[in-house]
Amino acid sequence: MKRTVLHYTFGAAVAASLGGFATAASAAWEPTRPVEFIIPAGTGGGADQMARTIQGIVTKHSLMKQPMVVINKSGGAGGEGFLDVKSSANNPHKIIITLSNLFTTPLATGIPFNWKDLTPVAMLALDEFVLWVNAEKPYKTVKEYIAAVKAAPPGSIKMGGTGSKQEDQIITVAMEKATGTKFTYIPYKGGGEVAVQLVGNHVDSTVNNPIEAVAQWRGGKVRPLCVFDSKQMSYDEQVFEGKGWKDIPTCKSEGLDIEYLMLRGIFMSPKATKDQVDYYVELFKKVRETPEWKEFMKTGAFNTTFLVGPEYAKWVETEEKRHEALMKEADFLAKSN
Amino acid sequence: MEEILNLFQGFAVALQPFNIMVMILGIVLGVVIGVLPGLGGANGVAILLPLTFSMPPTSAIIMLSCIYWGALFGGAITSVLFNIPGEPWSVATTFDGYPMAQQGKAGEALTAAFTSSFVGAFFAVVMITLVAPLVASLALKFGPAEKFAVYFLAFCSFVGLSKEPPFKTIAAMMIGFALAAVGLDSVTGSLRLTFGFTELLNGFDFLIAVIGLFGIGEILLTMEEGLAFRGGKAKINLSVVIQTWKELPRYWMTSLRSCIIGCWMGITPAGATPASFMSYGIAKRMSRNGKNFGKGEIEGVIAPETAAHAAGTAALLPMLSLGVPGSPTAAVLLGGLLIWGLQPGPMLFVEQKDFVWGLIASMYLGNLVGLIVVLTCVPVFAAILRIPFSIIAPLILVLCAIGAYSVHNSTFDVAMMLVFGVIGYGLKKTGYPLAPLVLAIVLGDKAEEAFRQSLLGSQGSLGIFFSNGLVSTIMILGLIALFWSVIQEGYSRLRTRAATA
Repeated sequence: MKRTVLHYTFGAAVAASLGGFATAASAAWEPTRPVEFIIPAGTGGGADQMARTIQGIVTKHSLMKQPMVVINKSGGAGGEGFLDVKSSANNPHKIIITLSNLFTTPLATGIPFNWKDLTPVAMLALDEFVLWVNAEKPYKTVKEYIAAVKAAPPGSIKMGGTGSKQEDQIITVAMEKATGTKFTYIPYKGGGEVAVQLVGNHVDSTVNNPIEAVAQWRGGKVRPLCVFDSKQMSYDEQVFEGKGWKDIPTCKSEGLDIEYLMLRGIFMSPKATKDQVDYYVELFKKVRETPEWKEFMKTGAFNTTFLVGPEYAKWVETEEKRHEALMKEADFLAKSN
Repeated sequence: MEEILNLFQGFAVALQPFNIMVMILGIVLGVVIGVLPGLGGANGVAILLPLTFSMPPTSAIIMLSCIYWGALFGGAITSVLFNIPGEPWSVATTFDGYPMAQQGKAGEALTAAFTSSFVGAFFAVVMITLVAPLVASLALKFGPAEKFAVYFLAFCSFVGLSKEPPFKTIAAMMIGFALAAVGLDSVTGSLRLTFGFTELLNGFDFLIAVIGLFGIGEILLTMEEGLAFRGGKAKINLSVVIQTWKELPRYWMTSLRSCIIGCWMGITPAGATPASFMSYGIAKRMSRNGKNFGKGEIEGVIAPETAAHAAGTAALLPMLSLGVPGSPTAAVLLGGLLIWGLQPGPMLFVEQKDFVWGLIASMYLGNLVGLIVVLTCVPVFAAILRIPFSIIAPLILVLCAIGAYSVHNSTFDVAMMLVFGVIGYGLKKTGYPLAPLVLAIVLGDKAEEAFRQSLLGSQGSLGIFFSNGLVSTIMILGLIALFWSVIQEGYSRLRTRAATA
């Protein structure tokens, strides 16, 4: 009997000292209830795939003590999701993954939201954009394609893309400005649908992200012409007929001087403390180290730039200005702005 | 022949004890998800997706697709018993299923619904097995104009022979279109009809409207009629299953027609919801008992259920072979495939044979297991109706509220649902049909989007809807369906004139 009591006392003492040690070492904040991971886009799209991959990695490797719940709030081109997080000040159990609609949605719709309403956490990666045509078409280079667009009656060449007044259409307008051509832009709901419309020859070209079109490329149905980045992608695995992501030339080197990369970043609710931000930064650092994440980056040929803190905020600020200028030029701003 | 060989290998994979266990678990979870309105198959699969990460990919996809089958089966249960569609595609099932339950024939209605589901799904799987590559290339032919033509046909075949006064049908449909227009206009990217209320960014979700219009509206009506629950006489033994089965072969024509409609709509990919509406409308027109539709005709349960399941199953084919999900649930499954490193697309059938044929084999087995599970539960479900209304009504109300909340995790939606309930009650009292309104909310924005995409592509010319054989045929079918009653009348008048002359 006496021995048992002693045993318990000892156990309690050890537990107490361990607990004390843990708080002293990191003084860390940790989630105390399930974390909501908001996706300001529909199911099946690029942001959705990334968020669900992260959820899978966190669950599989037990990176968090509390569960992570993924919720799609896609209404109003993602505005629903942004406003939801904006109204959750002082709730550190809510994070959101963003795409370019972080800038384009408030500008195009006039909803009361700006990225500065949220707390920046980290840039996870940048998504590339590639100019694709149907593999049955004769164009092998951007120059040939642009020449064909110029030769055709203005507006008879169709560019398919995701959403309206968003990244795909911004790139299309930039292409028109740079080459003096005129496309007819047709908006679809999701990137996968856009890729299939290209395969079915219902549109003439697209600016799909690699992950949206890779399956069709591997099947030999579509052909990449150039990537809208300053340098070629680094992944050298062969995808189709001995060619890989690395072999796609930059648009700039082909005479089409346009660069566009899309943010895949994490923000959290307003008024988060430094401890809380640090917790999520550490979490995503661990996610980035897993083989599943590396595989995902490779499949989607992502640009794996990782930024946190002031550098991240500064990057977002520059991008915001750029989007405002681009959208103003294209006359995409909401009338009330 | 190679396909058959592959399929048998697939059966070997699916019949492993672990996979069979996973299958039963998936079906049961799916039925529960299907019963809860609002918590649809897509949400259910999304929530349970992480559960499957520790399994091998083939077992995981078997479990997820069984949840999908289960949800398809489960959606019919609340439609028949309480007039609350658990899933969008079971709306059409309420039209005749609920009257049957009120007449004390809940057991018959459920048996017919489950059996038809099985028949529809089975037909679609056989089709997938035999003509997968062919079908995939058909889906590629569908651009915006073809899609609009399909929606047009769905509207026309449902509305053409409406019994209600045409003015009321058109009025109800226009309300539906107006509601569908609220929110983001996907073609111009700007907001419409939100009047500065950020709650309206999302527009009116179809599920919330349906839960309110049907579920809450029905409770209000029942309350007015004196708290009597008229389904109490339901028989509760298994013999009802056998009796209903004896009756079913009589409706083989309706079944076959619904199977074909379902498969076609699943592949194109317009989805299970338009398939169920279209099939119901056409069955109403073709059936000898067409006049009794809406009053508890078993054929009115068979037609939409068969088509919905054929479509739900066929929708997996474009997902696997093209990477384009034919339904929201298929979209979440697609996300799952990507996590396991399986890239859907033209190469999946070549590179991942084990996986693809294992999945197809599990479709056969999963459906069979599902049918057995739900049929044995028919008496239990029917017995729910014996509970006094004063006890069950608050439960239904809570269930509806949870359903409405879980669509977007928003309490605003719960309030919206109550408003729709009152509207539904008002419309029923004044004799406006709810079905055209619901159809317009479900398909209105999709049809609009396809219409405007087509016109963008054709630079404003309506000729695009008659620009090739495929789209012209569908459009002409739609026009025939729309004017069917006029054509029929003219034809019979000609005949009488010929007879008298």
